[in-house]
Amino acid sequence: MASLKYESQVRPPLVSGDKDYHQVTEDIVRPIEASPSRSWWVGFLVSVGFLCFGIVSVTHEVIFGVGQWNLNKTVGWGWDITNFVWWVGIGHAGTLISAILLLFRQGWRTGVNRAAEAMTIFAVMCAGQFPIWHMGRVWLCFFIFPYPNTRGPVWVNFNSPLLWDVFAISTYFTVSLLFWYCGLLPDLATVRDRAKLKWRKMFYGVASFGWSGSTKHWQRHEALSLVLAGLATPLVLSVHTIVSFDFATSVIPGWHTTIFPPYFVAGAIFSGFAMVQTLLLVTRKVLHLEEYITIEHIDVMNKVIVLTGSIVGCAYLTELFIAWYGQNKFEGWAFFQNRVNINSPLGWSYYIMMSCNVLSPQIFWFRKMRRNLTVTMFMSVIVNIGMWFERFVIIVTSIYRDYVPSSWSTYYRPTIWEVGFYMGTFGLFFTCYFLFSKFFPVIAIAEIKHILKRSGANYKEEMGGAESESVEEFAHEYAHKH
Amino acid sequence: MAVKKFVVGCFDDEAVLFPAVKKTRSAGYKIHDVYTPMPIHGLDKALGLRETSLHTAGFIYGITGTTTALAGIGWIFNADWPLNYGGKSHFDLPAWIPITFELTVLFSAVGMVLTFCYLCQMAPFVRKHHFHLRATDDKFVMVIECTDKTNETEAQAFLQSVGATEINVQVAETGWWLGRYDKDKTPFEHKGAALV
Repeated sequence: MASLKYESQVRPPLVSGDKDYHQVTEDIVRPIEASPSRSWWVGFLVSVGFLCFGIVSVTHEVIFGVGQWNLNKTVGWGWDITNFVWWVGIGHAGTLISAILLLFRQGWRTGVNRAAEAMTIFAVMCAGQFPIWHMGRVWLCFFIFPYPNTRGPVWVNFNSPLLWDVFAISTYFTVSLLFWYCGLLPDLATVRDRAKLKWRKMFYGVASFGWSGSTKHWQRHEALSLVLAGLATPLVLSVHTIVSFDFATSVIPGWHTTIFPPYFVAGAIFSGFAMVQTLLLVTRKVLHLEEYITIEHIDVMNKVIVLTGSIVGCAYLTELFIAWYGQNKFEGWAFFQNRVNINSPLGWSYYIMMSCNVLSPQIFWFRKMRRNLTVTMFMSVIVNIGMWFERFVIIVTSIYRDYVPSSWSTYYRPTIWEVGFYMGTFGLFFTCYFLFSKFFPVIAIAEIKHILKRSGANYKEEMGGAESESVEEFAHEYAHKH
Repeated sequence: MAVKKFVVGCFDDEAVLFPAVKKTRSAGYKIHDVYTPMPIHGLDKALGLRETSLHTAGFIYGITGTTTALAGIGWIFNADWPLNYGGKSHFDLPAWIPITFELTVLFSAVGMVLTFCYLCQMAPFVRKHHFHLRATDDKFVMVIECTDKTNETEAQAFLQSVGATEINVQVAETGWWLGRYDKDKTPFEHKGAALV
C-alpha cells in the first residue's frame, strides 16, 4: 500500500492496535450509542448530589448575605477566591493542549485534546461562580460590564485588574468554547450519520450544523483551527497573567511580586495537566479507550507536570530569596513569619504546598514512575491538593496578619456554606463532564484519523522496513511506485 | 436550490483518491466536491481550490477589536466621564493593554467563527443532502456533476477505472435548506422533469 505519510520509527505509535478508519469511528462512538453503564449513573448521580449541595449553600449565602462565610477583617478573600484561582488554573490545560501543542505540531495532542478542552470549559464555568456569588448582591452583577447607564453614566474602572479579569475570563471562556465546538462539528456529523434513533438524528443533526465534510469546508476548518490556536496561545498566557495581576498590582506584602505572572501561568499548566490526568485515566478505563489514550500520552503529560512543577518550585524559592534580599520588613514578615514559620497559625499550609507541588512531582524524573498508572493517578490528585494550597497560602497568609496587630483576625476557617459552595462546583464540573462523556465523542475522531496512517501502530509497522533500506534504494523504489 | 444529477464514486483510501482526482479533472469532468471524513492536506490544491481568505477576515476582525477597545476606553475616560482615579492620567495606555488585547482576540475569534459558518452555510437546523453517509466515517466520496455534455454511463465506467469501489447516480439538491435530520423532507420533489 502506498502511503502518503511517513513518520520516524523512533517515535512511538500514538494509536495502538490494528485500526482502520472505520474501527476508529466504532471505538469512539460506541459509548455514545450504548446505554450508560451503572458506574456512569452512580458517578452522575453523586455529581448531581454535590451540585445540589452547592445550590443550597449558594442560596443560603444569597438569602442571608456574604456574612454566612467566615470572611472577616482582614481576610476579605478566603476560600472563594482561592477556589476561583484554583479552578481558573485547572482551566488552562485544555487550551494549552489544543492551541499551543497544535502550533508546535505535537501529534499526541489528538488523543487528549477534546476531553481536555471540555474540562477547560467546565473548569472556567466553575471558576466564574466564585467572584459572581462573592458579590453578595448578585442581581446587580451586570454592573461589572461597561454599558451606558443612568448612574451618571458611571463607567467601570478600566485601569483595575479586577475589570481586566472580567474581560480575560469571559473572553477565555468564549474563545475556548468556540474552539472546542468547531472541532466537534465534524465528529458530531459522524455520530449523526450513523444514528438509527430518531432523537439522535435530530439532536446530532441540529448540533452538527449540517456539516458535510466538503473539501472546501475542511480547508476553511483547518485555517480556522490554526488561527484560533494562534489567538488562544497568547490568550491562555494572558488569562492567568491577569489573574495574577489581581494580586501583583496591589501593595499587600506577599502579593506585590513581579514574578507572579510567569509563576501563575506555570502553576496553572501544572494543575491543569494534573486534572487532565485524573479525568483521562478514569475515562480511558471506563470507556475502553486505552488504545487511543496510551501510556505514551500519559508519559508525555507527566513530563509536562514535572517541568511546570519545577518551574513553580523555582518561583517559590525566588520569592523567598527576594523577600530576604529585598530587606523589606513587611515582605519579610509575610514570608518568614506567616508562611515559612511552621509554628505560625497557618504555617502548616505552606509545607503542604511545598511538599505537594515541589517535592512530590520530582518522582516523574523516573520513566518507570511516569508510566505507572497508579502513581500517576495518585500524583495527579496530590498536585491539585498542592495547587489549592498554593492559592490558599498566597491569599490568606498574606492578609490574615496585616500591618496593624490589633486588627489581626481570628484564625480563619471556612463555614459549612463556603465548603458547600466549593463542593458544589465539583458537582457542576463532574455533572458536565459525565454528560459530555455520554453525549459527545471524548476523542477527536477526525483528528485521530488524520494521524492514523502516520502514527497508528499497524501502519508504522508496515512502514518499518523503509528505515533499514539505503536512501538510494528507498528513493528509487518510492519514485517507481507512483 | 437547483436540483441536479450527480455521479457519485466512493474511494476506500486517500492514496487512490489523489490520482483519481487528477485523472478526473484532466478527463474534463466537473467535480462538484469531494467529501472526506478528515482533512486531507493537498486535496484542495489537487481540486484546484484557491486558498481560503479566512485568515485575512480574522485579522480585520482583530483590528476592529483593538480599535473598539482603545477608542471606547479613551472616549469614556477622556470625554464622557473623566473620573479621577487616585490622580492617575486619563490617558493610561499601559493599563489599557490587557482589555485591548482581550477584545482583539474576542472580536477576531467570534468574527472568524461566524464567517466560517456563513461561508460553509452551517447553522443549527440547516439540512443538506449527503451523498454517502459514510463520508463522515471512512469513505472518500467524489461527486461529479452531470452537465449537458456528461455521459452518465461513461462517467460511471470512468470512476470504476480510477479505483472507485461504490458508484451510483443521484439526483439531488445542492445547497442547504431549513430542516431536521430525523425528517426526510426536501424542499423539492426529485423528478426527472425538475432537473435543470
